[in-house]
Amino acid sequence: MRILNASGCLDALAAPEVARQLDAFVTKTVTPLPREGSAPPRIAETAHGMLNAIGLANPGRERFLAEHLPRLRELGVPLWVSVGGFCADDYAETCSRLGEIETIELNLSCPNVDEAADSAAEIVAACRAATGLALYAKLSAAHPDVADVARAVATAGADGLSLINTLRATALDKHLHPVLARGSGGLSGPALKPVALHAVSVCHEVTGLPIVGMGGIESGRDALEFAACGAHDIALGTVLFGDPGAPARVRAELVPACADAGVATPDDARALAKSPETGRKVPA
Amino acid sequence: MQSLASPSRHSVTGSERVGPYTLLRLERGDLEPGVPGQFFMLEAPGRLLPRPFSLCLAPPGELAFLVDPIGPGTEAICRLRAGDEIGVLGPLGHGYRLDVERPLLVGGGIGIAPLPYLAEQLDGDPPLVLGFRSAEYAGAAALLPGAEVVIDPVLVTELIEPGFDVLACGPEPMLHAVAALCPTAQLAWEAPMACGYGACYGCVVEIDGALERLCLEGPVLDAARVRAHMEAVA
Repeated sequence: MRILNASGCLDALAAPEVARQLDAFVTKTVTPLPREGSAPPRIAETAHGMLNAIGLANPGRERFLAEHLPRLRELGVPLWVSVGGFCADDYAETCSRLGEIETIELNLSCPNVDEAADSAAEIVAACRAATGLALYAKLSAAHPDVADVARAVATAGADGLSLINTLRATALDKHLHPVLARGSGGLSGPALKPVALHAVSVCHEVTGLPIVGMGGIESGRDALEFAACGAHDIALGTVLFGDPGAPARVRAELVPACADAGVATPDDARALAKSPETGRKVPA
Repeated sequence: MQSLASPSRHSVTGSERVGPYTLLRLERGDLEPGVPGQFFMLEAPGRLLPRPFSLCLAPPGELAFLVDPIGPGTEAICRLRAGDEIGVLGPLGHGYRLDVERPLLVGGGIGIAPLPYLAEQLDGDPPLVLGFRSAEYAGAAALLPGAEVVIDPVLVTELIEPGFDVLACGPEPMLHAVAALCPTAQLAWEAPMACGYGACYGCVVEIDGALERLCLEGPVLDAARVRAHMEAVA
């Protein structure tokens, strides 16, 4: 089981010692043009979670390729680049320009932009035609049937799935006004974990694709639960904010978590997930 | 700066009321106190996210933080008692430059928090002017003996005379007023922060005309760097 960061939850150039604890670093989403992002306030703590409305702040494709990517390569950590856009061509053009990285993660689900995107399958198909790099599709669990979307992106050529993105949500202040300047934002943190476990489980069952599971993971036990629902790898997001040592800690906690659960490794835990072939639990 | 690993655990050595605020004392352990104006992320018991605080005092073997109980996180921190333990990360960000010739320390409300440690680190006894919203709040001036204190509706900016190198911390309107009076002032700003080390992108303010992360660029900034922001809000 590899431990990654959730896109947008770590700046590897500002905190290289955190990035170096990871098995791969996932960049903040890169869009064709620079985006300054949303006005502050951008974050709010809620019960068992937090909201963010960063608004895909990023330097844009050209500056990312010219300035950021070379510096990221110097870290010596395998790189995943998160790609965003507003139509299939946006995504495909960025994919065609990327090389010497491990994986492209297609952000098909940011809750903090208003522009409507083309369908997830259309975007994946365009990117598949544009690059030979591994393509992971990052999906939202807000869709009525995330397994349907997973099946569609698998057919379109995705090599893996990143599950899940934040869920659109609102928090109010003392005077009953939205805390965030945008009004709404993406909910992350422990409140998301049961939603994410379900999404991983049903998407694993219908596609069998490798899955990076994320959503409220704070401990080795949490990570193991994602494996037991079918995730090959996991990503840490909100937990990094309070604990920049979380990747090393979660990795260390996996060993006793496996022992407590009576499995030898996270891969063994994955055997407990519903099988893609049968849709039924495989006997341990 | 402390290298970024898991926060280290520190015992509370004491907690005392100072006016309406709480002065929380922690056993220092291996933490460096850092430069005045730098900040630490303190675990808020029972909450998801830590909270940022500048260092108020650095007595031998301790670090002390001034906390205003304005919400569930700061209230939980104010309820800590001797012997309790919390996680602490820091020092983080950029503090005040101490190479000034005629320092004048200006504080407003909870913004007096970094000034005791700042005054201690500056040579001599720098003059201090403080503003508070009420007599109850002004009780916190006990942390800064010898300071000149005003209470609303008198504004602390009325006490600033020309010719000083101003180092200030306080509410945003006060910092804008100080910047207008003293374009060379060093100002400590505040913003909601989830992480304190550049990961969450939550604490942006307009710096040099663009939205930048306060935790990395500041929290102490030269007044001129936020001028565009001042004009935008004027």
